[in-house]
Amino acid sequence: MPITNALTTEIKRISILDEHGQFDAELGKDLIPNDDLIRLYEEMTLCRKLDEVAFKLQRSGRMGTYPQNMGQEANSLGAAYVLNQDDWLVTCYRENCGLFHRGLPPEKILLHWMGDERGNNIDPALCVTPIAVPIGTQMLHATGLAWASKYRGEKRVACTFFGDGATSEGDFHEAMNFAANLDIPVVFFCQNNHWAISVPGRIQCSAPTVAQRAVAYGMDTIQCDGNDIFAVVYCMRKAVAMGREHGRPFFVEGVTYRLGDHTTADDARRYRDEEEVELWRQRDPLIRVRGYMKELGIWDDSKEAALAEKVEADTAGIVHRAENIDAPDSDDFFNAMYAEIPPDLDLQRRTRRTSSIGQDPSQIESTQATNA
Amino acid sequence: MASLTLVQAINLALVQEMEKDDRVLLLGEDVGLNGGVFRVTEGLQKRFGDHRVVDTPLAESGIIGTSIGLAMAGLRPVPEIQFDGFLGPAYDQICSHAARMRTRTRGGLTVPLTIRVPVGGGIHAPELHSDSPENIYIHQPGLKVVMPSSPYDAKGLLIACLRDPDPCIFFEPKRIYRAFREEVPEDEYVLPIGKARTVCEGEDLTIVSWGASVVQCMQAIEKSERSIELIDLRTLYPFDMEAVEASVRKTGRCVIVHEAPKTGGFGAEIATRIMERCFLHLEAPVQRVAGFDTIMPYYKLELEYLPDTERIGLAIDEISAY
Repeated sequence: MPITNALTTEIKRISILDEHGQFDAELGKDLIPNDDLIRLYEEMTLCRKLDEVAFKLQRSGRMGTYPQNMGQEANSLGAAYVLNQDDWLVTCYRENCGLFHRGLPPEKILLHWMGDERGNNIDPALCVTPIAVPIGTQMLHATGLAWASKYRGEKRVACTFFGDGATSEGDFHEAMNFAANLDIPVVFFCQNNHWAISVPGRIQCSAPTVAQRAVAYGMDTIQCDGNDIFAVVYCMRKAVAMGREHGRPFFVEGVTYRLGDHTTADDARRYRDEEEVELWRQRDPLIRVRGYMKELGIWDDSKEAALAEKVEADTAGIVHRAENIDAPDSDDFFNAMYAEIPPDLDLQRRTRRTSSIGQDPSQIESTQATNA
Repeated sequence: MASLTLVQAINLALVQEMEKDDRVLLLGEDVGLNGGVFRVTEGLQKRFGDHRVVDTPLAESGIIGTSIGLAMAGLRPVPEIQFDGFLGPAYDQICSHAARMRTRTRGGLTVPLTIRVPVGGGIHAPELHSDSPENIYIHQPGLKVVMPSSPYDAKGLLIACLRDPDPCIFFEPKRIYRAFREEVPEDEYVLPIGKARTVCEGEDLTIVSWGASVVQCMQAIEKSERSIELIDLRTLYPFDMEAVEASVRKTGRCVIVHEAPKTGGFGAEIATRIMERCFLHLEAPVQRVAGFDTIMPYYKLELEYLPDTERIGLAIDEISAY
């Protein structure tokens, strides 16, 4: 028997507004109305500014470790722009821009990194899960959330975000496998920013694309220029349609770059070249949208200056709200462990400053009674 | 009222809750078409359909991780992990997320799921099919841990877990899945999580145990001439220290029996609590009869490892004579 071909596959790559300002008029036609584009640019600008401010807050001791989003804003924003308000948005920790678009008050993100769980107490109507610190675990939650929609016969999808490093985790593969085999409408969005702290993408994935990993699960997949908001929106429309119309998962690889350090506790100069970073600075998602809007005649320097002034004031307000929240009650960490606190835990709570942990004051009394 | 095995009692509880509450769905490896490797979910897929009794891919972290998502969306998933020894791959999802989501979000998102896990030794099973890892999960704040020792308790406690707003691990002692029958009411009933059961009353000594070991304790008590009180904790977090305290204050002597390894086992916690609460009432040190600090041996020697009537009897005699 001759050798036959069991499978031929190809990975499409989408770029609409490239780093040189070239716009694909055919693919980009009616993709984002001008008014929306202005609003998305304003949101990216606010997110960028808050990143700068958060960095300074950390350096001046007003906030704990913080992961900057700089350079990756278009990925989560493009996704959130396409998703419906009741589609689940299941992020990791570099999706501020999409979360803000959904309606998450930005001070919630600062509160989280200021060591306050109230930053994670999110209005259920936003359909957003909290920042996920361990890598890749949230993809399974997204799969379960979307599964619940399917179970109820709803048309809601879930979109989950993760980085290139997360594609090495077992949970990534389990989530992809569950979603594909059980027909669950999840959008898996990989922000391939090339670095997992200091480890380059080649150590996570030796294939030429991350997107092709989806092929092994029988899942449709696409790669896009993640620094191009138009390309992200284009791919997300395909992905969401797959979920809503066919109840199937979809994989999007957004090729992007982490312009900052992994977090404020990291120093990326230790492991990557300045030339590489400089190359990606030229590919900044904000620069190309700004240039394109100017070309269209819907943006100019005075609007830019006014926006800069506005985000300055907005971020000041966000920081003020985050820093001026009432201090948590000193027993706050006991209070949401269970729907109803077990009696023994309640005893620990009540006696935590009056008795050594584990000692039961009633026992001390009865001991005295016995001695008497 | 029917005379049921523990397996049948669990099946009945699942049927009744699934009929009552369409948020309840079962998922796991082999739970559907095959009815589970122990047949606990026998007939349920046929009865409720494959959207409510779901055969999943073979991946424990995936089973628990997706269950967390289902639960956060307001459903009541009941994932099965096929054997105690396979809980390991799901540990991260259980402890990093199921247990933490409520406090992480200050009540914004909750995870009302019940993880069913056959537990313990005594059925001549292969490696990693006979372990007793309950203490790992008792030690994880945010979870509730339950282990029945009889068909009647299994039904009432499982229904309690299925209705609980927080994540529960429901350990099913596989050694007594079919070891005996018991009258189990057809009507639904709920046994509260956090309440022990006094299996038999006595004056001379208290035995505290849970799971399949309770049956070994009963047999040891039958062989002994002493008046022994047996407390089955039934739920391991939260646990009913009041019942233990009241009993030990009466008897002054206590033996704790569990299958899990001795060092760092839950018996250590119970013993410490007894010391804290009953110190002046004790006539003897608290004694533990537990699994050894070894890997659970393959089945040729599993009966050497598991607490049996002989070792429990020794402890009864030693502590009584102290």
